[in-house]
Amino acid sequence: MSTSTAEVREVHTSQEELEKLAHPKRPAKQRIGVVLSYVGMAAIVLYCIIPFYWMIVSSLRQPSEGRSTEFIPSPMSIENYQAVFSPLNNFGRSLINSLIVAGTTTILTLLFGIIGAYALARLRFRGKGLVLWLIMACSMFPLVVLLPPLLKMFSSTEPFTWFPYWINTYQSVIIPGLSFGLPLAVWNLTAFFKQLPVELEQAAMVDGCTPGVAFRRVILPLAAPGIFTTAIIVFIMAWNEFLLALTFLQDASRQTATVAISKFTGTSGFDTPYGTIMAAGVLVTVPLLLAVLIFQRRIVAGLTAGGVK
Amino acid sequence: MATATAEPRSVPATGDGHKHKKNALSDGQGRLAWILLAPTLIIIAVVAGIPVIMSIRESLFQTNTGVDPNTGLVAGGEAFVGLQNFTSIFAGENPVQGNFGTMDRFWNAFLNTTFITIVCVILETILGVAMALIMAKAFRGRGIVRAGILVPWAIPTIVSALMWKLIFDSSGVANRILGREILWLADTGASFWAIVIADTWKTAAFIGLLTLAGLQTIPAEVYEAAKVDGATTWQQFVRITLPMVKPTLVVAVLFRTLDTLRMFDLPYGMIGAGKYRVETLSVFVYQETTQSRYGPAAAYAIILFLYVLLVAFVFVRVLGADVIGDSGVPKKKKKKKGDEGSAGPPATALEMAGGAH
Repeated sequence: MSTSTAEVREVHTSQEELEKLAHPKRPAKQRIGVVLSYVGMAAIVLYCIIPFYWMIVSSLRQPSEGRSTEFIPSPMSIENYQAVFSPLNNFGRSLINSLIVAGTTTILTLLFGIIGAYALARLRFRGKGLVLWLIMACSMFPLVVLLPPLLKMFSSTEPFTWFPYWINTYQSVIIPGLSFGLPLAVWNLTAFFKQLPVELEQAAMVDGCTPGVAFRRVILPLAAPGIFTTAIIVFIMAWNEFLLALTFLQDASRQTATVAISKFTGTSGFDTPYGTIMAAGVLVTVPLLLAVLIFQRRIVAGLTAGGVK
Repeated sequence: MATATAEPRSVPATGDGHKHKKNALSDGQGRLAWILLAPTLIIIAVVAGIPVIMSIRESLFQTNTGVDPNTGLVAGGEAFVGLQNFTSIFAGENPVQGNFGTMDRFWNAFLNTTFITIVCVILETILGVAMALIMAKAFRGRGIVRAGILVPWAIPTIVSALMWKLIFDSSGVANRILGREILWLADTGASFWAIVIADTWKTAAFIGLLTLAGLQTIPAEVYEAAKVDGATTWQQFVRITLPMVKPTLVVAVLFRTLDTLRMFDLPYGMIGAGKYRVETLSVFVYQETTQSRYGPAAAYAIILFLYVLLVAFVFVRVLGADVIGDSGVPKKKKKKKGDEGSAGPPATALEMAGGAH
């Protein structure tokens, strides 16, 4: 928006341009401004990318050169990537575990989040403010508060001997994971539903739809981009979750990818296998990055839409 | 939307609603709403509410010292100890040597958490706002920058922790560039800054992204008018940009603050557990929990929870962080409801997603 006005300013009448040439200060200043803005943009991108570049570079070295500080790996090698999938690391299995955990969390979150968000966005009822505060508070509270009672419960120790042994089960991570996934989804989707004009449902209901049908046939399809965005974000958060998985998934065959990476020992044993860890890190991150880059417009624009309008 | 129709609707629809039915949409909405919200509320109660209550109960007990060394599971039962788990933080039974001198391990973790949060949030806000200003000025290439900014956000925090661990290795690239031999990872004062740098990297750009969204809502005419009145760039920034971007920024800073207060992945993955220079409350609670000291762990977790609540309260009350948006205002301002004024929720949603635990 502001760009168009800025460009208009540049393309002024030639007479003014001549005037400007007489006073060389302003155009120079403007040109410096443009150059500076490009320098600034480049600085931002470099700031964001360079550490990640180091991760990629380090993953492409030979395993023996894990700590090398060469900016370009001299003999490039994909040995680290092969090492990631050595049976010792259980990495393939952990990717599947991550998929199961993050996928289930996302689906459950959306399932409950959509109907709850619809109620919050559209219906008028007492106590809405309270519900919103509750959901907000839930997203604020520290996850570690859950750890002491849940670890005790899931390992069915003393007062919880009646509880099934849940350590090393997917549900031990999925269910507590809802405590941060669900508030996010509800919040996000409420914003999306609110952006849709209420007249749409009213029109549908005038045409004889029940509120339920109006929701299914009219609102849901229109909110699909919002739901999709929410799904991606919740999935990424669940995929990146570490604390719950670290605490409750102790068995190597049940670990999620984030935990598996943090426990890599590599074949050499003594030295931290940085190359392999970085390779695994790249493998875990690249699918997310692709998703984020492909849908970046949707993720950023969609989420900030209410603010920008 | 017409405010006239919104006004009567604010009367509770369930009770004496018969006289005021003006809109088919309002009929029996209360019940339907609670039915639709029931799953969400039940889940929140089960996964958050009940564990919090259990934590409170837990904090009043201590496990009897009978730990099976093989499994790490508790052998003995537990005993009611009252508030001893809370009061023991003042007893100084467990002094450790940290950044702030020798003190009880709890207070050490508390101060670490507080100072990491203050330093990180200030740095991230300054950098983020600077980035947003640059992006707002840019003519082209905003898409590339936005893509770049999402890179640190998408990387799992634990992976970024390990990445920075390699960068900050004693013979790593950070020391090579600096030409020094700083022991970043050896639980030194430098470890504190290593954490700060890594966290700032991951989230500053994200604040920038959010602030940019706020900046774009400021109409260009305001700046034009200011220029006509002879305002300098600095005056424009302080008098126009900052006040107008403040609602977005305060919410962003609030969420970053809460998120940094519960930081776990970064210190755990980068420096390790039980490193007192960087031990945050979350790491401390985690360690106590895994060592079956459930009672003290729960007590510390509850203190952290209260701390977070206090900070959130201060933000909302003192700085006027509008976390809920218009929708949260119950009755009196309900006529606003039809208006679009929903700048709060989406920004909040974005921030909630910015978590780096």
